[in-house]
Formats: sequence, C-alpha cells, structure tokens
Amino acid sequence: MPEEEVQEKVPVTVLTGYLGAGKTTLLNRILSEQHGKKYAVIVNEFGEIGIDNDIVVGADEEVFEMNNGCICCTVRGDLVRILDGLMRRKGKFDAIILETTGLADPAPVAQTFFIDENIGRKTRLDAVVTVADAKWLNDRLKDAPEAKNQIAFADVILINKIDLVTPEELSEVEARIRGINPYAKVHKTQRAKIELDQVLGRNAFDLDRILDIEPNFLGADDHDHHHHDHGHDHDHHHDHDHKPAHSHGGLKHYHDEDMQSISLRTDKPLNPDKFFPWVQELVQKEGPSILRCKGILSFKGDDERFVFQGVHMILDGDHQRPWKDGEKRNSRIVFIGRNLPGKAIAEGFESCVA
Amino acid sequence: MSDTRNETVSVVERTHSVAASGPVIAAHFLGKTAVFALAEEAIVLAEPTGEPKTVAVHGGAILAVTANDNAILTGGDDGKVITTNAKGQSRDVATDPKHRWIDRVALGPDGAIAWSAGKSVFVQAKELRTFETPSTAGGLAFLPKGFRLAIAHYNGATLWFPNAPQAEPERLEWKGSHLGVIVHPDGRFLVTSMQEPMLHGWRLMDHQHMRMSGYASRVTSLAWTAGGRFLATSGANQIILWPFHSKEGPMGKQPKILAPSEHKVEAVACHPKQDIVAAGYTDGMVLLVRVDDGAEILAKRPGGAPVTALAWNADGSLLAFGTENGEAGIVNLA
Repeated sequence: MPEEEVQEKVPVTVLTGYLGAGKTTLLNRILSEQHGKKYAVIVNEFGEIGIDNDIVVGADEEVFEMNNGCICCTVRGDLVRILDGLMRRKGKFDAIILETTGLADPAPVAQTFFIDENIGRKTRLDAVVTVADAKWLNDRLKDAPEAKNQIAFADVILINKIDLVTPEELSEVEARIRGINPYAKVHKTQRAKIELDQVLGRNAFDLDRILDIEPNFLGADDHDHHHHDHGHDHDHHHDHDHKPAHSHGGLKHYHDEDMQSISLRTDKPLNPDKFFPWVQELVQKEGPSILRCKGILSFKGDDERFVFQGVHMILDGDHQRPWKDGEKRNSRIVFIGRNLPGKAIAEGFESCVA
Repeated sequence: MSDTRNETVSVVERTHSVAASGPVIAAHFLGKTAVFALAEEAIVLAEPTGEPKTVAVHGGAILAVTANDNAILTGGDDGKVITTNAKGQSRDVATDPKHRWIDRVALGPDGAIAWSAGKSVFVQAKELRTFETPSTAGGLAFLPKGFRLAIAHYNGATLWFPNAPQAEPERLEWKGSHLGVIVHPDGRFLVTSMQEPMLHGWRLMDHQHMRMSGYASRVTSLAWTAGGRFLATSGANQIILWPFHSKEGPMGKQPKILAPSEHKVEAVACHPKQDIVAAGYTDGMVLLVRVDDGAEILAKRPGGAPVTALAWNADGSLLAFGTENGEAGIVNLA
C-alpha cells in the first residue's frame, strides 16, 4: 500500500476496559492534554467528558451478524453509520477515538474496519487500548468473559489504579495479563496518566508494523516452547488459584485456563499453496475461538516478506517488503484465542513447509 | 474494454462547470436549477448557465438528502431537517430535541416529510407522527400509494402507516443489516441495499424474496429506469440492471450488465422518459448508456475524484454531476 494512502486515512483508536477501570479518565486525559489536535469522539454516554473543540457522537453498540453464514463475522452497525457520517467532516479532526462500553467485545469493532470497504478506504484502526483495574482485574478475569476478551484483544494495556494495590498484587495482575496476551504493550498507571504517544498513533493494525510479534515480557526467554503443547495438557478442572505459576526472572508466569496464545516459528521456507488453504481452513473452523492472529512469512522462492493479520475468521495479508540481506528468513505466526487446539495448529503449520 | 473510451461519442463540451467548494454527496433538479448538496453545511444552486449560489443550511455534516419537484430536503449532524427551494430559501422542518444526527430523510405524497434519528422515525404531514424501529433505521422510502412509509433496519424492513397508529406494521424479514430502501414506482416491489455487497427484495403482495447478489462492493446508488422496467445499481465495475417489468420481478432472471470498466460504478441516475442510465465511475468518468443495446455516450471524461452524485431534470434535457473533490457540472443535452 502506498505510504500516502496510509497517511490519508483517519486513525481510529478503540478504548475498552471493564466497568470502572478508568476508560473515561483516560479519554478525558487525551482530550484535555495540550496537544493541538482535534478529535472526533464516539461515546456511549454523554456528559462525563469535557470537550470544547472536539466532535462528540453518541453510539448505540448495535452488533449484528453478517449475512454470510459466518457466526463470528459480527459488525458494529452503528459504527458503519457514524464513521460514514464523520467522514463527511474529514479535515475537521485529526483522529477518532471510540470508547466502548465496559461489557463490549472489541472484535465486532475491529471487524467493521475489515468488512466495510468504505470505512476501510477512509479510516484505519490504529489500536485497541484496554484499561484494566489493578485491584479488580483478577476477579473480572474469573467472572467476566468480556474482561478477558478485552485483555486478549488489546494492543496496549494500561494497568490502572496501581496506587491501590501492593507491589505483589501488581505483579500478580501483570502475570495474569501476560498469561492471556504476551504481545500487548503494558503500562502501569495511576489515574490513567500516560504519554499520549503510548496510546495514540500506534499503527497496531498496520500490516507493515506486524513485526513486533515477539512476546515482550520475558526478555531473552524463548517463549515458543511454552506453547507448542497448548490446548491438551492443561487441567481444565483447576481454577486459577490452583494453577501452576512458574517463575522467569522474578516474574510469575501464568497460563490462563481458557485463553492462550500460540506462537510458532520455522526457519524452513513455506509453500504458499499449502499455507493459504491451511490457514483459511483453520480460521473457518476455529474462527470463533481465534480472537486475533498475526504472522510474518517466508515463502519458498519469494524474496519478499509476506505479512498477515486476522480477527476471528477475517484474514488480511500482503507482501510487505523484500527480505533484507542477512535477515533471517524465519516464518512466525501467533494466535490468541480460547481453547485453541495447539498441537493440531503446530502440526498444521509444520506441514506447510515447502 | 478500454477505459479511455476515445472512440465514444461525447457530449463533454456541453458541460457548464460548477465550482462546488466541497465534496458533493447528492444532486437534484428543482425545475431547471441544479442543486448540489455538499458533505458539509451548504448546498449549491446552479442554473444551466450563470454563477452558482451557495446557501448554508446545516451547522455540520449533511448526512441525508432527497428532493421532489419543489424543494430539496436535507438532514444534518446538527439534528436539523431543512427544506430549501430553487431560490435558496430554507425552512427548518424540525430540530431533533436531543440534537441527534438525522440519518435518513424521505419525501412523500402531498409534501409529507419523513426523517430518522437512530431508532426514531418521524413523519410530518398534517400532524407529527413518530415510530420506534427495533434497530437503527437504515433507509426510508414512501410507498407510491396509500400513506405508508418503508423503513429498512437490521434483519429486514417495516411498512408503517403513520396515520393509523393502531394498525400493526407489516414486517419484511431477512437477516442482515439493511442500509437503504427503494420502492418500485408502482408499489409492487421493495428492495433494500445491505451491508453485504447485495440487494434484497420482496414482492409486497406475498413477501416473496428476491436475492440480488454478485456485487464487488456495497451498493450505494439505486435508481429505477423509466416506468420501473429496470433497477439500475452501482457496486460493480459495470452498471447492473435488474429486470422488474414482469410480475415476478428479477426472480430467476439474470441482470443486464452494461458499460464495463476497470473502475467501479459509484453513482447511477436514470433518464426520466427513455431507457437511458447515467453512470458515474470511481475514476471520475460519466457515461450515458442506452439499456436496449448498451450504446454509450461520454458525458464526463475520466480523471479527478470518484463521481458521487448524478441527477436528471424532469424532461431529461439536463444532467448534473458532482464528485468527491468538489468538481460539479451541468451537461445540457437539449
């Protein structure tokens, strides 16, 4: 995709987080900061935010299924309408911020950008930013599937209200988050205080920026070996508190009971005629359980890197750039999802080697 | 297939250019006056010759536009519903009490005006009537007979009698999000455009379904050819025309496919008397295409932004076009 086309699209940042985690505090912080930028803000509740120059729109969170036989292809219908309308005022604001309700699933929001062509042409999803409550997240992960979805889906996570917990509790909640989503950027905040460039302008859905699919929490620890056997060696009758936590460099490491990430890698070139049918079939079959996936691929006889990403059943991919001289031509893919058949996925991926 | 269409007969030199000063989202004729609705705030009135006149009507984006012979009706993100006549005189029809966006508008018989804001649908005739849809209204259209409004929404459409609040609204069901609605001129068929690249239709007599699919992208422009023989549509690299002259409509029939291009058709408008369709493409080209034999006349050369608005005047002697970057014009075909 030509650079200027990417530049022209209005970035959309999605703010999620369970009830009371501090989404609105973050939103107010973004809007009140002296940044000289104007935002169009899509909110569910008017009145809690103070805005002078910005455009505010109320949303209804109307989620509906696409009529294409795919039950996980859900789209935010109200968003289609609102973004269409906001684009009429293109040039009047620099970016769009979408605040979801505490119970919202981020997937329909993200899918709206992939499925609606008009929206995809004029706007781009920048990142999903999830605000988590340091004190209560662990409880919510047990009783609220929405909260877990929001963590699993996030590109950026703010562990907020850290002043209300002990250092031990904080490292506990961080480890829980990492057990679900090792790929997100995690920040620890009080009253959602954070540099805006840590939450805005992240380009997390830009195919060109998919490169950082390495887990970034355990330093040099090679994470791959944790994941090869996912999905079959967990004892699903245990609850969180009884689950084994092991330690790497002082950080506890949890495997979440039902939400995991699978990271696979090979240095052998792949056969595209095997890989694409395999991944298509995988997301067709496991789409409802796969929240997000990303990958950088090296195909046999192809001197360009292929990058892809997906949300549930929807995949988006393209050649990115030529492999650099001396660059290791590894293929890496990552899946985050619920009860993923790790062994089958690993074997399937291996079978795509050319 | 050639997009340059160098050999095509051209009427390009009969164009009177109109500087629109902003993206054009819709065009209509009030008599011989062309009216271009801009994406924000204003409408531009232009005679086939002479200087255009810009009239500010809304305080923000213009979200919905329609017109009859007397006036253009607009709805905006300022919560206002406004009519403007050919002289540029505007009148506020309504202001949403909560200043919600006016998403859709429609004009009906005897000057009835309909609009929607979210799930609330309003009709102003002798009295103001309101109706709540199960989900956000995606499209509004009056039926030609009886005082009846068709409302598209998620999972189908509803036919509402504004003057008979006690009458149960008729429900037409089809899964998915219906974003627009158009009713056949003789009232036999209702067609919705969907979030998916397809149309869905119902024969109103018996609710028989009609699926019209195969599009490359969402269909955003639909128009009936003279007498409702065909439904001309955007959404593909050709003009797609569904046959509606028989009582079965397009059921079991293939659409007519005309004027192929490498670029997508973005807007269509049908000649009021003859079977001729004007089609505007994403590369800025406008073609006049005869339905019977596919003969083409070039009305605007390719180049510039996508054509987003097209309209014929009542006798088919003038064609107005507008584009996404504010290029507009009136082609005099008389």
